[in-house]
Amino acid sequence: MQSGTFHTNYASDMALRPYWPQRIRIVLVIVLVLAFPWFADRYWLNLANTIGIAAIAAIGLNILVGYTGQISIGHGGFLAVGAFSAGLLAARLNMPMWITVPVASLFTAGVGAIFGLPSARLKGLYLAIATLAAQEIIIWVLNHGKLLGIGESLALSRETTNIFGIPMIGNTDFSFYWVIMGSLVLTVIFVSNLFRTRAGRAFVAIRDQDIAAQVIGVDLFTYKLLAFATSSFFAGLAGALTAHYRGIISWERFTIDTSILYLAMIIIGGLGSVSGAIYGAIFMTLLPAILSNLARALSGTVPQINSYLPFMQQGAFGLAIILFLIFEPEGIVKMWRNVKDYFRLWPFSY
Amino acid sequence: MAGRNGATLPEPQMVIDGVSLSFGGVRALSEISFNVYPGTIQAIIGPNGAGKTSLLNCISGLYRPQEGQIRFEGRNIIGLAPHQIARLGIARSFQNIELFRHMTVVDNLMLGRHVHMHSGVLSGGLYWGRAQREEIAHRELVEQVIDLLEIQAIRKKTVGALSYGLQKRVELGRALAMSPRLLLLDEPMAGMNSEEKEDMARFILDISEEQRTTIVLIEHDMGVVMDISDNVAVLEFGLLIAYGTPDEVKANPRVIDAYLGREHAA
Ligand SMILES: Nc1ncnc2c1ncn2[C@@H]1O[C@H](COP(=O)(O)OP(=O)(O)O)[C@@H](O)[C@H]1O
Ligand SMILES: [Mg+2]
Repeated sequence: MQSGTFHTNYASDMALRPYWPQRIRIVLVIVLVLAFPWFADRYWLNLANTIGIAAIAAIGLNILVGYTGQISIGHGGFLAVGAFSAGLLAARLNMPMWITVPVASLFTAGVGAIFGLPSARLKGLYLAIATLAAQEIIIWVLNHGKLLGIGESLALSRETTNIFGIPMIGNTDFSFYWVIMGSLVLTVIFVSNLFRTRAGRAFVAIRDQDIAAQVIGVDLFTYKLLAFATSSFFAGLAGALTAHYRGIISWERFTIDTSILYLAMIIIGGLGSVSGAIYGAIFMTLLPAILSNLARALSGTVPQINSYLPFMQQGAFGLAIILFLIFEPEGIVKMWRNVKDYFRLWPFSY
Repeated sequence: MAGRNGATLPEPQMVIDGVSLSFGGVRALSEISFNVYPGTIQAIIGPNGAGKTSLLNCISGLYRPQEGQIRFEGRNIIGLAPHQIARLGIARSFQNIELFRHMTVVDNLMLGRHVHMHSGVLSGGLYWGRAQREEIAHRELVEQVIDLLEIQAIRKKTVGALSYGLQKRVELGRALAMSPRLLLLDEPMAGMNSEEKEDMARFILDISEEQRTTIVLIEHDMGVVMDISDNVAVLEFGLLIAYGTPDEVKANPRVIDAYLGREHAA
């Protein structure tokens, strides 16, 4: 029980995971993540990698929307910036991914800050529309990408898929698993640290009460731009990883549908929570996969089912969002907390 | 006045000089001028809508008066952004509590340390070396405020879940955590029961006496105001109708007529 834990100094009180049940959970998750790829086949590895990349991008979006309270429907555009800047560096300059990925992430952070400029004046829906404009501008540029030498799509050579010169050959799903999960773990640690220190608190202050934030000395404009930049950095990271993992990218992967999918992820997972973003990424990636497996299993008895599959997947997304908004607006993270609270007192559930 | 007993007047810490503010046709403040002296408790009283909150908003940079100057420690602060004014050492609380509702008490108070800390997104995210030491050092200062305001038991509670009286106290704590040179309090005791009011009055006196922080206090409870303040400014319909020590103000016929009289009659 948490009431039995006492801290004898501020450093231990301020640690990220101060209670031992939390530490045990972390160890279990780490063991699972380390063991998984040795048992999983390519299908499951691909799903895990998709979830990992989505989780990085969702955490990024949560920084901006969930923690700082600045609504953005431009996240798909920022993912595209990351994917295409990494892709161009790899395809045109033959740069290896250990250079293209950080460079593309930083570049996307800069682009995000520029498209964050309207947040100085606009709030809520108006800001959302401005970010929608960002989304459309980015996709328009990529779509008319002859200037950048992009055709319908951009193919990356496999040579660039190396880390410090060590090539990732053989089973790419397996080797990318480590790159993606490594990036995700670093993202989780960085963002968790961010929100227990000065800058992260300032982000949350802006969300909760922007006038009070100013009056205690937070420069709103600077911090909103920082939130856009930090959020976009992780979108860029996710986009760049996508480019190298898939080996071929086109703008169609990053339309407004993607932006809305990511918003749905953080709403379903839990706004303003790192683990919520991960739960949302898992949920939104597994849902269509489970549905198509289900359809395949049933196609013997109901032959038409495959033609309804896309419709079912769309419908399931919509239904999931509506159900969460009605029954658990704080997302999966809250449901999980309720379960934990129940078992913390178990079997004395008074 | 501040220089009671005929002593020479000290330099004022803040000079409010001919401040006028209108909203469209509504004149919220008309040529308000008075001085705030270092280390004193300066009360501002007046009926609802007199312009008291508007004056605080001008000082903290949320409103920009059309005329006049506000000089803080010799420098005109009109036109500075609120966060720049915070950096000069001016802190405040709000009439309608404006806390960061979803954060804990400790985090609210740590936000009060914002201007005194330095780590940014990168160093905070890495939480290494200086950023870590800085967090711990400032947490210790925040704990002093927690002890002073006797809110140890709720330090890890989410602010939105606290009672009204405790929220008012936490908001004072957040302002205090800024180690301000001037503390502006907008009706810190409004809506409290008499026990909570007594506590709050005691904290304000402690802050004034132990830290010599200058305090500008808007308050309706005349008993409290007359007890704890050094100087009183009386506003009515945006005009400064009286200024002086509590005794001088109490004896002022305009004040009796406009404010005290009405209350006594009621
Ligand atoms: N933001 C604003 N917009 C329009 N009118 C305002 C605004 N703030 C204050 N006022 C007006 O200014 C006058 C003084 O208000 P206020 O400063 O809140 O008074 P007090 O704090 O003394 O009760 C009132 O008439 C009020 O309606
Ligand atoms: Mg008021």
